[in-house]
Amino acid sequence: MDRIPILKMGRFLLVTIQVDMHDRLALTLQDDLTERIVKDGTRGVLIDISSLEIVDSFIGRVLGNIAAMSRVLDAKTVVTGMQPAVAITLVELGLTLPGVRTALNVERGMELLQGELDQEGLATVETDADPQG
Amino acid sequence: MPDGTLLPAVLAEDDGRLLDDWMREQLASSSVRRDLISETELRQQSAEFLGAFGQSVQTGSLRSVDGPEWAPVRDLLASVSRSRALQGFSPSDTAYFVFSLKQALFTRLASRVAPEQLAAEAWTASTLLDRLGLYVTEVFQKSREEVIARQQEELMELSTPVVKVWEGVVAVPLIGTLDSARTQVVMENLLGRIVEYGASVAIIDITGVPTVDTLVAQHLIKTVAAARLMGAECIISGIRPQIAQTIVHLGVVLENVTTKASLADAILVALKATGYTVTRLAPRS
Repeated sequence: MDRIPILKMGRFLLVTIQVDMHDRLALTLQDDLTERIVKDGTRGVLIDISSLEIVDSFIGRVLGNIAAMSRVLDAKTVVTGMQPAVAITLVELGLTLPGVRTALNVERGMELLQGELDQEGLATVETDADPQG
Repeated sequence: MPDGTLLPAVLAEDDGRLLDDWMREQLASSSVRRDLISETELRQQSAEFLGAFGQSVQTGSLRSVDGPEWAPVRDLLASVSRSRALQGFSPSDTAYFVFSLKQALFTRLASRVAPEQLAAEAWTASTLLDRLGLYVTEVFQKSREEVIARQQEELMELSTPVVKVWEGVVAVPLIGTLDSARTQVVMENLLGRIVEYGASVAIIDITGVPTVDTLVAQHLIKTVAAARLMGAECIISGIRPQIAQTIVHLGVVLENVTTKASLADAILVALKATGYTVTRLAPRS
């Protein structure tokens, strides 16, 4: 598997990581995702890592970086479905991913993104109109 | 048969005087601990030991007590040592049980052996008893360690129940001092339950934690961070005034953590966060 697919779902981009991440894969994802956010004008990114069972400090940092980059590009990022073991590892590594929103599963992650964008009110209407127009 | 020593013969010929001497020796010492063991029991243990010792000396090697011939003696000493460890004897009191035999045994040897041979005989007997004494101490130590390990295990089990308070809300009432090992267990338990119950709010109640130092605070912050990474918000409740003061004096930053004084407040916040309201139906009586 060369790259991780990035799916467009309505206003959001959906990334599900189903394989164990290696360093190159993570960097490719970072490139692809930032490209897509700019290209599609996306306002929300959901990264599901429920199948990810092993993380190291590098992957942890890339996850944090992706979230930070998305924020710079004005897209909210939610990381969903993190396994307990992964969470403990990241905390022990000192990577608490500040600024990254988290949710228990994809469903709740979507609700969270939806809620955040709805709160922005007017801005949502504008972005909504763009892809269709 | 051991090389020419008279020790087996001395023990075989013994008519009970050795036991009497030994008992006198033990009872005269301060290590006897009459408060923990009765004289009858002590006499019985001593007699059993002398019997087994006499047997093993006839057949076994006098240089080591590891052989199969010494198994009965080792078993006996192990059981004596174990029971004394549980009764609360000190290690030296326990080892003295074996070492006190020396005096009595040397008196027997001296009356039986020619003076020029006595040094060699005494040396053989002494090394043998030393080995047995060391064995006793070793078993004693092991028994104490077993006791400690068991208690630790019990403490771990008793410490970390994660309870489901409401749909989507779990709580851990922490009791006792938090150290790294316990925090690890608490963290794993809590995160596991968060997944199992699909909880979006977790309450950590520290009413039962006697003191909070920087380390404990660190552990709490770690747990909160891990829960947050999984998508659950954490509320720390049950912070007593004293602990609030300590936390501030220590300079611990709990800024990103919701804290509440009581568990009731925390539950209310949790219910609100998950979209419930609490309403009293009957008027206050």
